[in-house]
Amino acid sequence: MIALTIDVTLRQQAFELHVRESSAVEVLGVFGPSGSGKTSLLEAIAGIRTPDAGEVRVGDRVLFSSASRINLPARERHIGYVPQDALLFPNLDVAGNIDYGVRHSRRALPGMPQLRSTLIEILDLGPLLVRRVQKLSGGEKQRVAIARALMTQPAVLLLDEPLAGVDRARRDRILPYVLRIRRDLHVPLVYVTHDEAELNAIADRVLHLEGGRVVGPAAAP
Amino acid sequence: MSAETWAIAQFTVQMALLATALTLPLAIAAGWVLARHSFPGKALVETVVSLPLVLPPVATGLLLLWLFGRRSPVGQALDALGIEVVFTWKAVVIAMMVVSFPLVARSVRSGIEQVDRRYEDLAATLGATPFRILRTITLPLASRGIVAGAILGFSRALGEFGATIMVAGAIPGRTQTLAVGIYTFVETGREEAAWGLLLLSALLAFGAIYVSNRLVEVRA
Repeated sequence: MIALTIDVTLRQQAFELHVRESSAVEVLGVFGPSGSGKTSLLEAIAGIRTPDAGEVRVGDRVLFSSASRINLPARERHIGYVPQDALLFPNLDVAGNIDYGVRHSRRALPGMPQLRSTLIEILDLGPLLVRRVQKLSGGEKQRVAIARALMTQPAVLLLDEPLAGVDRARRDRILPYVLRIRRDLHVPLVYVTHDEAELNAIADRVLHLEGGRVVGPAAAP
Repeated sequence: MSAETWAIAQFTVQMALLATALTLPLAIAAGWVLARHSFPGKALVETVVSLPLVLPPVATGLLLLWLFGRRSPVGQALDALGIEVVFTWKAVVIAMMVVSFPLVARSVRSGIEQVDRRYEDLAATLGATPFRILRTITLPLASRGIVAGAILGFSRALGEFGATIMVAGAIPGRTQTLAVGIYTFVETGREEAAWGLLLLSALLAFGAIYVSNRLVEVRA
């Protein structure tokens, strides 16, 4: 459970994203059609895009505040980000991707070997470790990208449509992995999707975005 | 083929390799800055970087001759340190570096521009500093552009003539390169030796172009 304060204004070419949300949740679902600003919202939280105004707080850590002129760079935010297309580094194998944060972050990350084996077990990555990332299926890529993000022990994990590139049958196989992260690792999630059924399965609060605006806090399922 | 011909070819290849090795880090830095950063005066920097590409090499050589000569502050400073550049092998390397730098920097830059920036953004969320990201993600993903640039620069260095003859001269056994050697042999009526150098130049050029084309094929 973590208090997440998102109050973001981000001008885009097509629309202006404006989201104001403060909640203490384990899984915050963000629901909306394509182009509603879901990905931009995640990028603003992760520190990839700078909002024009507003504030982003995780617990009592201020990541961004236009009023106090705070804008932590992405590398200091401790936010795990799993983009829709996973974006595994193509020059590294699966193990190299998973270990990237531990190897290249300046942050001291205690308890690494144990976390690594836990993640490999939870996400069922054992058989994938020596594979080249180009040879993985969409669902496998997602699992590796989730492990890569979680290895850095983020305060929040952002998942951008983790099941979008995956067919129905496989979808039902990946969702349990996400649920296990929530249950076993207690990492709060922001879960973006355009599929309401997924949110019913996982989120305890849902933001409904349309055209860059919150059109409804869509009652918790 | 005479021992003299071989010695000239060997000297040229050594100088070109050294010039490429010294140019590469500079070209990578310039290519990265131009591909990934914007700053006031960027257009000016881009122009200056490309200048040796358009300037007649002899003119570049004249500039270098002045820069490293006794009348410029740079030349005086080097002189005070006891370092002699003009008409030595160091001048050969510098001439090669200056004329090949724009080619290498351009190739590196386009290699880096083809790397999806989102990989770099993602690496940042994992805690990596910009320099780490450059080393572990950007450069490996741009490696073909970098290697192609190095080969291109090496080839350009091998054939360097105009700037070299101005700033390094054509001192047999000391600063004489393939291109300069061909010219002086013809001038002094030693046509046969010139043809020997021509053959070696052609072989080296063939090899470099072949390797570079193969790299482009692999990429496509």
